[in-house]
Amino acid sequence: MRAAGAERKETWQEIASILLLLSLWQIGAGLAESRLFPGPLMVLQSLMHEAIGGPLFHHLGITLARVGTSFVIAMVVGTALGIALGRLQWLDRWLNPWLVILLNLPALVVIILTYVWLGLIETALLVAVALNKIPNVAVTLREGARALDRDYTDVAQVYRFGLWTTLREVIVPQLAPYLLAAARNGLALVWKIVLVVELLGRSNGIGFQLQSYFQLFDVPRVMAYAAAFVLCALLIEIVLFAPLERRSGQWRR
Amino acid sequence: MTMQITIKQKVYPAQGGAPARVLFENLSFDLADGEVCAIVGPSGIGKSSLLQIVAGLDTDFDGSITGLRQPVGYLFQTPRLLPWRTARRNLELVIPDRPGRAVEWLAQVGLAGSEDAYPQRLSLGMARRVALARALTIEPKLLLLDEPFASLDEETSREMQDLVAIHVRKLCPTTLLVTHHWHEAAALAQRVITLGGSPTRIVDDRLLQRSKAAE
Repeated sequence: MRAAGAERKETWQEIASILLLLSLWQIGAGLAESRLFPGPLMVLQSLMHEAIGGPLFHHLGITLARVGTSFVIAMVVGTALGIALGRLQWLDRWLNPWLVILLNLPALVVIILTYVWLGLIETALLVAVALNKIPNVAVTLREGARALDRDYTDVAQVYRFGLWTTLREVIVPQLAPYLLAAARNGLALVWKIVLVVELLGRSNGIGFQLQSYFQLFDVPRVMAYAAAFVLCALLIEIVLFAPLERRSGQWRR
Repeated sequence: MTMQITIKQKVYPAQGGAPARVLFENLSFDLADGEVCAIVGPSGIGKSSLLQIVAGLDTDFDGSITGLRQPVGYLFQTPRLLPWRTARRNLELVIPDRPGRAVEWLAQVGLAGSEDAYPQRLSLGMARRVALARALTIEPKLLLLDEPFASLDEETSREMQDLVAIHVRKLCPTTLLVTHHWHEAAALAQRVITLGGSPTRIVDDRLLQRSKAAE
């Protein structure tokens, strides 16, 4: 009961914190009295306008699909690569320099080069985003794979768990915190990059819309599109990441 | 069939600043079916390493293990329960075809009511009893016990000894018991192998005379 009470209190604090931010924003906008710094109410108005009968959902859907696809590609490839690097020292010695280079290559350069080499097509977008994200996932999961505890693998071997059970019961639980960290950072990074890629070379999606409204200096609409995506990200956090984290961490304490 | 453990040489490679070290040299012994054999000797002599080799977890040695009896129940020095699974689930994992027995076994080791506890909530004594249940529930043909009674208070240690004695008598697995307490060895084993020297070798191998009353 005490835990439930504490949790409720924390939830209220979070909501209050968001309300405080919105009020500060509204007050600031009121003081500025500028078309270029709209308050939350005005942004909400634009959001409703774009959503109801406007093109918001069309572009949001396209962007979400792109984010989802490239996120999955990056997570799968990055995880496999990271685990391989964590377990095989010789491979790590060979690939680590490449990884460092990729990690530090500006996202923009990767985007421009993939567009130049592959053309202004959907595949180029997915490749560009995945290339930007894979090194992060790989580095995180490499740490996870290095931290795998031999003690538990020994147990699996003695008691003949078999490959599938070992993976599900022994390996994945140990990697879960790393997977979650990579997924959280991943989602945040991927959607930011997707917008840039859209802005540079696609004719739909939120990035493209932002570009159009930027040219019109239509700040409320720019903010409305950003808000729509932030809401989606929040929703994913609430319905997906937070429960997963609770579930994977319930044995601690 | 008799189990034959033959280790011509086991070397620990150099690591960090430490030079390579020959741990075992010409260490061989046989184990008859159902024999309960204690291995005693000072710490650092390689008792746990020997169990790892017998269990097949360490294959990096010159020699052979023949007639290995399966399945193997292994009570490690630390309980090594999967911390993210409950006591019950830890047992179910080793007996996937008859998971119902997990609860029975937990009751047998005195843990009825703690089935759904995660290992971190259990005391060392309780966790080790779960680990013992895990080792016994598979009805092992070979039971490896690595200092099963160390760092337990006297009463818990006594209870564990009784548990082990009862189930070893019931299941009759070939048993290797590593300990550095002679009285633990004497209480359970029919035979005691003493390790010593450097590299480690067998310095004494004797059968214990046991009166029927002690059984």
